[in-house]
Amino acid sequence: MTETPLAEIWVYLAASPLLWLSATLVCYLLADRLYRFGRGSPLLNPVAIAVALLIGILVITDTPYAVYFDGAQFVHFLLGPATVSLAIPLYRQRERLGALALPIGAALLVGVLTASLSAIGLAAWLGADVATLVSLAPKSVTAPVAMGISEKLGGIPSLTAVLVVSTGIVGAVFGTAVLRLLRIRDDAVKGITMGVTSHGIGTARAFQVSPAMGAFSGLAMALSAFLTAALLPSLLNWLGLARG
Amino acid sequence: MLQALTLILICQLVGETVVLLTGLPIPGPVLGMLVLLGWLFLRGGIPENVGRTADALLAHFSLLFVPAGVGVMLHWERIQGQWRAIAAALLAGTLITLAVTALTMAGAQRLLAARKGRVRGEADD
Repeated sequence: MTETPLAEIWVYLAASPLLWLSATLVCYLLADRLYRFGRGSPLLNPVAIAVALLIGILVITDTPYAVYFDGAQFVHFLLGPATVSLAIPLYRQRERLGALALPIGAALLVGVLTASLSAIGLAAWLGADVATLVSLAPKSVTAPVAMGISEKLGGIPSLTAVLVVSTGIVGAVFGTAVLRLLRIRDDAVKGITMGVTSHGIGTARAFQVSPAMGAFSGLAMALSAFLTAALLPSLLNWLGLARG
Repeated sequence: MLQALTLILICQLVGETVVLLTGLPIPGPVLGMLVLLGWLFLRGGIPENVGRTADALLAHFSLLFVPAGVGVMLHWERIQGQWRAIAAALLAGTLITLAVTALTMAGAQRLLAARKGRVRGEADD
């Protein structure tokens, strides 16, 4: 009975989903504010900063991830409906899509294979184990899809989720600079590149640049999810990494 | 808003159900997106409330990745043990993918434009 009222309140709040749901939103809003304050510099990526803030809070308060996720799952759940909603910006771009079917198809096929093979190749060369390699393979695909693929092929789904988010952040931070360096100005090419490489986080970044770039990025993210889900099992099998 | 949200959730539900029934290797929401896209094409346009709801969901798309990202704390040990391999795959792998994808699409577009130009040129002769 030595607990202070403050500690009692903490025990009560920490057990309800409300606390960590609110914390997720507050940290994201702070990160977003910082991002705007930095005039949209991709180095101040809001996802990366919100994640860092939250991990700091969880470590200081000695809160396990499972407790955090009890609250954060409500935000996590919206990934599904948001993915479905990508149909809207896609439909808005339908005319350009038809005209660009061939270049988009080529970019998707080459991009999806490059994403998986470059990750597997580099990590294998630097001594990663099989579970890490399989978890890395779908890193350019949107999180819910990548986790499903990873689980089916013998990876670690929650590790894949982290690698996916990190890939998204790397793509969002460096994507526009790489595209500028390559002197690419067409929104269609820029969007497809962002979507293939860094899925939803790249798409979020693309929407900040222009709605057309966002729509193409959303399209690429959706199609590359299909393509990776279809190709990766045979690719890993061929590389001798598939389980069983 | 409520109707639009219901429509979006039902598309996802249809997607999830079809994936469960057929064992397709793709996730339910991605299939749900195609269902919604099909519905838009059948309808021939985007109802105003559906457009608004989708835009609201997508306005803070980044936020939705935060809970999964915080999961990095579950994997400190594995990441520490193999950090060089993981960092190389994440950084170099992603930069390579960006460049290769962009150059492939830009190249394919240029090839296509050149061929069209040639066909047009021959027709002019």
